[in-house]
Amino acid sequence: MSVPRRPLPAWAEIAVLPLVNIALALLVVGVIVRVIGADPLQALKLLVVGAIGSSESIGYTLYYTTNFVFTGLAVAVAFHAGLFNIGGEGQAYIGGLGCGLAVLALDRFLPAPLMIPLAILAAALFGAAWAAVPAWLQAWRGSHIVITTIMFNFLAAALMVYLMVNVLIAPGSMTPQSRGFAASASIPAMHDVLAAIGIRVAPSALNLSILLAVLCCFGVWLFLWHTPWGYALRTMGHNPDAAVYAGTNLRHMTMLAMCLSGALAGFVGVNELMGVHHRLVLDFPAGYGFAGIAVALMGRSHPLGIVLAALLFGALQQGGAELAFEIPTITREMVVVIQGLIILFSGALVNMPRPWLQLILSPRRGGEGVK
Amino acid sequence: MGAEAAIELLGIDKSFGSVHAVRGVSLAIGKGAITGIVGENGAGKSTLMSILYGLYRADAGETRIDGKAVRMDSPHDAIAHGIGMVHQHFMLVDTFTVLENLILGAEGGALLAGGLAAARAELERLAREYGLSVDPDAKVADLSVGEQQRVEILKVLFRGARILILDEPSAVLTPQETDQLFRILATLRERGVTIVLITHKLREIMAATDQVYVMRQGAIVADRRTAETSPEELAELMVGRKVRLQLDKVVARPGEVLLAAEHLSLVDRRGVRVLDDVSLELRAGEVVGIAGVSGNGQTELLQILSGIRPPTGGSLTICGRVVDGHHPSDPAEMRALGLAHVPEDRLRQGMVAAFQAAETAILGYQAEPPFCRNYLIDAPAVGRHCASLMERFDVRPRTPGLLSSSFSGGNQQKLVLAREMAREPRVLLVGQPTRGVDIGAIEFIHRELVKARDRGCAVLVVSVELDEILALSDRILVMFAGRLMGEVAAADADERTLGLMMAGAHGGPKAAAGA
Repeated sequence: MSVPRRPLPAWAEIAVLPLVNIALALLVVGVIVRVIGADPLQALKLLVVGAIGSSESIGYTLYYTTNFVFTGLAVAVAFHAGLFNIGGEGQAYIGGLGCGLAVLALDRFLPAPLMIPLAILAAALFGAAWAAVPAWLQAWRGSHIVITTIMFNFLAAALMVYLMVNVLIAPGSMTPQSRGFAASASIPAMHDVLAAIGIRVAPSALNLSILLAVLCCFGVWLFLWHTPWGYALRTMGHNPDAAVYAGTNLRHMTMLAMCLSGALAGFVGVNELMGVHHRLVLDFPAGYGFAGIAVALMGRSHPLGIVLAALLFGALQQGGAELAFEIPTITREMVVVIQGLIILFSGALVNMPRPWLQLILSPRRGGEGVK
Repeated sequence: MGAEAAIELLGIDKSFGSVHAVRGVSLAIGKGAITGIVGENGAGKSTLMSILYGLYRADAGETRIDGKAVRMDSPHDAIAHGIGMVHQHFMLVDTFTVLENLILGAEGGALLAGGLAAARAELERLAREYGLSVDPDAKVADLSVGEQQRVEILKVLFRGARILILDEPSAVLTPQETDQLFRILATLRERGVTIVLITHKLREIMAATDQVYVMRQGAIVADRRTAETSPEELAELMVGRKVRLQLDKVVARPGEVLLAAEHLSLVDRRGVRVLDDVSLELRAGEVVGIAGVSGNGQTELLQILSGIRPPTGGSLTICGRVVDGHHPSDPAEMRALGLAHVPEDRLRQGMVAAFQAAETAILGYQAEPPFCRNYLIDAPAVGRHCASLMERFDVRPRTPGLLSSSFSGGNQQKLVLAREMAREPRVLLVGQPTRGVDIGAIEFIHRELVKARDRGCAVLVVSVELDEILALSDRILVMFAGRLMGEVAAADADERTLGLMMAGAHGGPKAAAGA
């Protein structure tokens, strides 16, 4: 028999616990910054100002956030089905490939209202297809999905290098990138859209892909908690035996969950290629797929939590870049350490402060443990 | 008896967080007597014994052995004081011989030979003294369950225990094996061994004990000499109100055959024949009970009948649909055909612990109206449905938003049962209807099953509790080693006949149905 603990109130679970985790992480970061000879308070100030200090920095923060929302949702959907999708990186990469191929093939013929949805669809399909293979291997052959999705990240990277260097490279180009997309395949930048309605903000990489991210959040929420398929998917995640008993085909459900997951990851390609680079390039997933695991973990696999966690990660990414620029002793790598510590405290050590909080927030004896 | 106490517990108190598991329990276990501790699931029996055995430390209170206060910090202390525990689930190494199991943890030196020889001599002495004969060189895997339990008892005695605690010892035994166990316990008592028997079965308390303590909600509510009490009184003390142990029902009027299994067989992945030529018929308006010791193929039979796995041989006809190895079905199709299934293990199969009760209440029916409209789940409708199920089946607390895991076992079972019976199925399969369910809820569940039968539902009950099978069934089939040993009409059934069939001894008065 285990010792039952009083659960934390819901508000503390959602709001206080993550904040305590972040505070702890920042404390450790402060010590490290001190040790390498910089001023922790100044560093913190630079980080915050760098992330949200100007309309430009806010734009970049939100642009990074968009990517983290996509990959965070991707991990969360699979996680609700009890599947640990580590392949977000590769699925984002191949999703981008799908998006790029669709654009390169059709951008001269189709107008934007047709081209953009088609390319988004292609990103989803390619991302889903890249996730479908490990899903199939797990469902029918019993290969563990953690292993196969990791391996598929390497395969995706190798495939992309081959394609970019040998097939898709623009004729005469010295760098492995495709020809530029036509204007019809460009997702409008936020500063242009806002300028059109009379609001002037500094240019940034933020583009309308963020609306797609918002739509995905809503869609995932609706799917998981308000459709019979989402219900069956969550049943499988919590209790596969009960899912079988309820008449769910676990193989089909594994495929469905992973395809949705891969499609969501594939949208990183939309934001990066059609929103920013306007051509097919190498290495655009840049770790978003992996960070998505931490985002989903921190956001407790709920779309709302994922938005908040993605905002934090976006801010860290943007603020961290500024920090590295302003304080020479804090290098790019140092910023990664800071991110890593936050992931550590809000991921692996998420439950560490729980007993302390329980001590403070939950009286030892109360009524029955009914929420 | 009663004059001298082997163990005294004084004011034992234990809480787990906010759960007050044991409340100020004081009791005395008479030396050389068999003392029963009876109570419902969760009454605190096991926690109390775990404290006595040193697995938990009490928050307050004192343990005295032979009148001297002792500290029990670990099972080592308990063993040192001569206390031994026989667990419900055996802790034996299947591939070792009896002798090897006996010396496990007490090997007595770097080389086994010396220890084994000494153990052999000691085993012979124990066998002579207590009448516990077991072949020392037999592999445990080859022994029957009853013999394995004997090895467990020998293990404890081998370590010098004079006080034996048995936790639900009859859970895995046939009635005959249980009687045998009680004879062994009586012999041990004659030789001066003190025995504590923990059980929730009143019949066993009446048959085996000298003294009985009744626990309810962590406290001792009564202390009786067994000779001076009755099962009715004990049941009332356990539950805290009057309980009817008898089930009233009218004679069944069986109708058409709704489910027919013909020569079903199942060979599992390891090549073991788990089901062997099982044929049975289930008619509208009757309850058929399948008796048997757990692990004789009942689980697999339910899986096949409910479409969870296909048979490897034979066929199955449910409401006109023929299912066999080439035409497998699935639980969703079975449900559509009008079959409902209350699984044996509700926590593992029948519900999702992390879901709200309202969500658990639509498991398997989530894609059907009124729960699903226009591809979306109608949450208010699901909530209302759950509330009405809770009302009809008296599930407490009546909170559809509460997590399924927060309900007690009995209330979980009532919720699962309510879900499966809500659609008025034509065929209802029920595995272990009252496992881990309190007496009060058992009464209710049994009445509901009989009501379903009277409405014309074909009910198949699989249970390891013989009392339950006898109370519910109109016809009784007995399973042993994957085969149906035979069929007995409820009117002709008695524990002895069924017990012999459960042990594989002989077929019933009639051959198995459909054979």
